[in-house]
Amino acid sequence: MAQVLMKDLNKKYDEVHAVKDVNLHIRDKEFVVLVGPSGCGKSTTLRMVAGLEEITSGEISIGERVVNDLPPKDRDIAMVFQNYALYPHMTVYDNMAFGLKMRKFPKAEIAKRVHEAAEILGIQELLKRKPRQLSGGQRQRVAVGRAIVRHPQVFLFDEPLSNLDAKLRVQMRVELKRLHDRLETTAIYVTHDQVEAMTLGDRVVVMKDGWVQQVGEPLELYSKPANRFVAGFIGSPAMNFIEAGIKDGGALWAETAGFRVKIPPDRAERLKSYAGQPVTVGIRPEDLRLATGGDSSDHTFDAVVDVVEPLGSEILLDVKAGSNTMVARVEPTVRVKVHEPIRLALNAERLHFFDKKSEAAI
Amino acid sequence: MVIERRWKKWVFFYIPLTVFVVGTLFPFYWMFVTAIRPDSELYRSWRAVNNAPFWTLHPTLEHFQDLMAKTTFPVWLWNTFFIAVVSTLISLFCGLLAGYALARLKFPMAGTLGTSIFVTYLVPPTLLFIPLADIIRNFQLGNTPWALILTYPTFLVPFCTWLLMGYFKTIPKELEECARIDGATRFGAMVRIIFPIAVPGILSAGIFAFTLSWNEFIYALVFLSSPERKTVPVGVVSELIRGDIYFWGQLMAGALLGSIPVALVYSFFVEYYVTGLTGSVKG
Repeated sequence: MAQVLMKDLNKKYDEVHAVKDVNLHIRDKEFVVLVGPSGCGKSTTLRMVAGLEEITSGEISIGERVVNDLPPKDRDIAMVFQNYALYPHMTVYDNMAFGLKMRKFPKAEIAKRVHEAAEILGIQELLKRKPRQLSGGQRQRVAVGRAIVRHPQVFLFDEPLSNLDAKLRVQMRVELKRLHDRLETTAIYVTHDQVEAMTLGDRVVVMKDGWVQQVGEPLELYSKPANRFVAGFIGSPAMNFIEAGIKDGGALWAETAGFRVKIPPDRAERLKSYAGQPVTVGIRPEDLRLATGGDSSDHTFDAVVDVVEPLGSEILLDVKAGSNTMVARVEPTVRVKVHEPIRLALNAERLHFFDKKSEAAI
Repeated sequence: MVIERRWKKWVFFYIPLTVFVVGTLFPFYWMFVTAIRPDSELYRSWRAVNNAPFWTLHPTLEHFQDLMAKTTFPVWLWNTFFIAVVSTLISLFCGLLAGYALARLKFPMAGTLGTSIFVTYLVPPTLLFIPLADIIRNFQLGNTPWALILTYPTFLVPFCTWLLMGYFKTIPKELEECARIDGATRFGAMVRIIFPIAVPGILSAGIFAFTLSWNEFIYALVFLSSPERKTVPVGVVSELIRGDIYFWGQLMAGALLGSIPVALVYSFFVEYYVTGLTGSVKG
């Protein structure tokens, strides 16, 4: 049980600056997910916490100890790898017992802990097998089991579900969450999958190009993205972005060819200084819907249907408004055809605006 | 169509395969037949009545008995075995550590070092024995087994290093990282996780090194002089050919006995050997 502190953490390989000034405070018992596209530095950060990569500058502490110069074995952590990393020449039991044997636990205690972990994960029948006799999902369970028998201060997960098929991934995701609630151990989880990040994390850290973009609870990231990258990365289908200009004609309007909406008064205050300048407008697909007669023309615009994707519980409409393309998530009862002109209404309260140059949210 | 396929199979598969198998095995058969053929049949004109060059009706063990009794063949066998085992062990030890370091550790010039080790393997022994002879003389090791035990690694270490480096690279490095997190030191992870997984690779390197030193000829010829110090390949050739007289029966008996240990080693480890050359098991 411990907190993890990263202070001005940097990692440089010869040419590449992989991790830049990362400052994170991961609280005791918290489940924090590092998410970002490949090459964003999330795995490197995790590996520095594990002690598998040297720290170029900065400081990492686990609990009260600064661990910069401690070898991995003395950091009291356990890690689960994407390719499971089970020892192929040992049985499942020996795989799970290895860490305890290395730490010279008495035999009875090892047996007790391994069976306990096997029971939690439902792998009691597999203890005598070798890893190559297991399916992908079973291997992943063993890898998790090997981590939990140690009762470490911190769990580290490096894309543990990426090698599983889609269905199993969803199932294991739920199990991991349940496991964390049960064990109450601090966990750092790396993934490139934003759905995993949103569903698992108490807090999510979005990274890109070595920089931390935003740290926050899942819904906070979703509703208040700090910049255009986070806005586009979190959420599926992704947020629609429209390059528009701000016009001041009594009220503020965001305008571009084929798209014109009135900015609500409570947002207008901060956007006033942008009058006459280009900004990026962000609209979540679910904030678009087919307009009805009652909708004010301030928040509706014309569009043409390009592609219809019926998903069952909802329909995704790829539409064109002028030169802008966007996706709208509408009710499954809506019946529209390709190339049909429609009128869309948007939820103006939930528009997002981003500075065109800095890409920061306005 | 079927007929065409059948003749194709014969022309491109069965016939070449038969030629290959016969070509490979015939020398061994010839060696065997000559070894058990009595002298009266061996030194007889090809045109003699009842001559059967490809088999014998009067097999005998007299050549083997002569080999054991009249020459120091058992001593040669022991010399060869001792030298091959010790130099293989030395080379495997160095090769394991060097191969691991080159495959896993990050240090300056690692790539260059790997390549240059390989290049040293390419220097022909026929060139290398001249400077080595000088070194052996300076250390006063001439005519001792150590002359060979210490020179064989000049080609065995690069060979083992290169083979094992390739093998270590096929083992996912997460296994080792996981072991280090689980509580092992780097060395501990190497010994407890990587080496057991690399057993097929280590065995193939060992078999290869053993065979190379067992069959080695030129260093053994140059560095050893007295009959009781010699190895099998050199002893058989130098002691059983006197001037222009060839003791064919004993020569072949010696060659046959000399190749049995190698054949045994190969057949015993053949499965490991194949996996050793094709990569490690998947995690």
